Amino acid sequence: MASATDDRSVSTTRPMGDATRDAFGRALEALGAEFPDVVVVDGDVGNSTRTEWFAKKYPDRAYNVGIAEANMVGVAGGLASMGKTAVTASFACFLLNNAFDQIRMAVAYPKQNVKLVGTHAGISIGEDGASQMGIEDVGLACSLPGVAVIVTSDGQQTRAATKAMLEHDGPVYLRLGRPKAPVIYEEGAEFEIGKSIRLREGSDYTIVANGMMVAMALDAAEALAKEGVDCRVIDMHTVSPLDEQALTDAASETGGIVVAEEHLAQGGLGSRVAQFLSATVPTRMGFVNVGDRYGESGDPAGLLEKYGLTAEKIADAVRSLRG
Amino acid sequence: MALEAVSLDSDGLKAKAKRIRELIIKITTEAGSGHPSSSLSATEVVAALHFGGFLKLDPEAPRDADRDRFILSKGHAVPVLYAALCERGYFTEEQIMTLRKLNSPFEGHPNAAKLPGMEASTGSLGQGLSIGLGMALGMKADGKDNHVYVLMGDGEVDEGQVWEAMAAADKYNCGNLVAIIDVNGYQQTGATDAVLDMGPLAKKCEAFGWHTLEIQGNDMDEVMEALKAAKAETGRPTCIVSHTKKGAGIVPLMEKWGDTNMHGQPLPADKAKEALEYLAKA
Repeated sequence: MASATDDRSVSTTRPMGDATRDAFGRALEALGAEFPDVVVVDGDVGNSTRTEWFAKKYPDRAYNVGIAEANMVGVAGGLASMGKTAVTASFACFLLNNAFDQIRMAVAYPKQNVKLVGTHAGISIGEDGASQMGIEDVGLACSLPGVAVIVTSDGQQTRAATKAMLEHDGPVYLRLGRPKAPVIYEEGAEFEIGKSIRLREGSDYTIVANGMMVAMALDAAEALAKEGVDCRVIDMHTVSPLDEQALTDAASETGGIVVAEEHLAQGGLGSRVAQFLSATVPTRMGFVNVGDRYGESGDPAGLLEKYGLTAEKIADAVRSLRG
Repeated sequence: MALEAVSLDSDGLKAKAKRIRELIIKITTEAGSGHPSSSLSATEVVAALHFGGFLKLDPEAPRDADRDRFILSKGHAVPVLYAALCERGYFTEEQIMTLRKLNSPFEGHPNAAKLPGMEASTGSLGQGLSIGLGMALGMKADGKDNHVYVLMGDGEVDEGQVWEAMAAADKYNCGNLVAIIDVNGYQQTGATDAVLDMGPLAKKCEAFGWHTLEIQGNDMDEVMEALKAAKAETGRPTCIVSHTKKGAGIVPLMEKWGDTNMHGQPLPADKAKEALEYLAKA
């Protein structure tokens, strides 16, 4: 059990680092000079999404259109059509769910250079409860042709992904979390959109994870190693386009794949990996996710435990592949 | 050709409007589907923007960064835009006759990714003003003296997003943004005041902080005067509440046929012939 002084939002053996939203906010602020075309469009949650750090440094390049996500996304699309790199951020649920048609019409369909950033994703936001939890967002974003969908796992990866997102020509959805995130990567670790990262070698089974679940996947692999089960761990930070080669290799070279994500069962990483592999290298699969249900209020670690998003559940899913 | 606005005199403008109406009827009849009546109501506004000295465009360089922007937010009326840009030298009549056909870039609603001249992909109502606001903010940020014109329908303003954009445009004092509401009195299932009465529109726009004008939008002289007044207002956005007739140009025929809405109905060949003869005599 975590001690009262331990700022540990998630049960993992790894040290805790920056929340991904904080890492994004600092990176955006720092990259403002290098990317002079970047502008920010906020729906009055800039102090939560951390775009306010950029806005304070570059007030002439920041717009707050009020609590109006539909207009926010449309304005971002218009700014992008004027040659701006328009970053627009809100809670993942308000951005993707509320403004989905505006994302379709003003961003995806016309292929505008808009960077959609959804913070407070997943159930690990905790006490605010289900209405604030983006758990359909990855599925919604992946349903849009031509939108790159990125889910980062820690502060370092988020800083690198923020830069990669600004360099990428075209629409991007970047999914971020609220609580502090376990540290996965060393400073300076590289990041490329669409290229997954093999964090652990292994030949028996593969665990494919992203976001907060990467730390738990690594813990699960450690636990399984003690049982003599050798697991490969892949950080599939880009959900669209998938790193198909890494999946083909995993399905060919290991005995099965478990996909872990902080998202509904339907539409997210698990669905996409299963769809791809079923048509290429069918393999036994297991899934660890929120399921087919909404979240609720509670402390983040307690919620993750209750909803089965733990290293132990991932290890169980691998064990059940052995059957 | 260079980036320039085309300025015709009053007779020239009226002749353009007539020509645009002919093309609207021809291409929608050829397509066998589409929205001629919604296109006809907006003809004077679209003709005046393109030939009355307002939109600086270059058909040879349709994506020139210093062009003015026109967004047809009521995207179903796109035949009026294809026709106007055809007259402006963007397209040939032969090209726009492929309206709505497979593999044609002249789709049923504007597709900005596919067709130069389409400034926004529209067809999901209520979204064009937000996109236009983003463009206007981008122009201001870069010190450009261009204008953005957004044409909406009177049914379209049922959408709440329109009013989000109205409020934000006021906040940012976008004097380079002009909205025109084509009040043709009908939406899909009936009269706008019966479906959802959004009136009084001019008072609402004024309350949102906009410089507001109310005109008879099928009167070319009134349209020209309003667009000039909009351009002269630099400190706040302008909304032109443009009262028109759905099917303007062939309204007496529509009355005879017993339908003054004809929403989403192309004219069958015999009626198209009658309409073109009627226009030629007008």
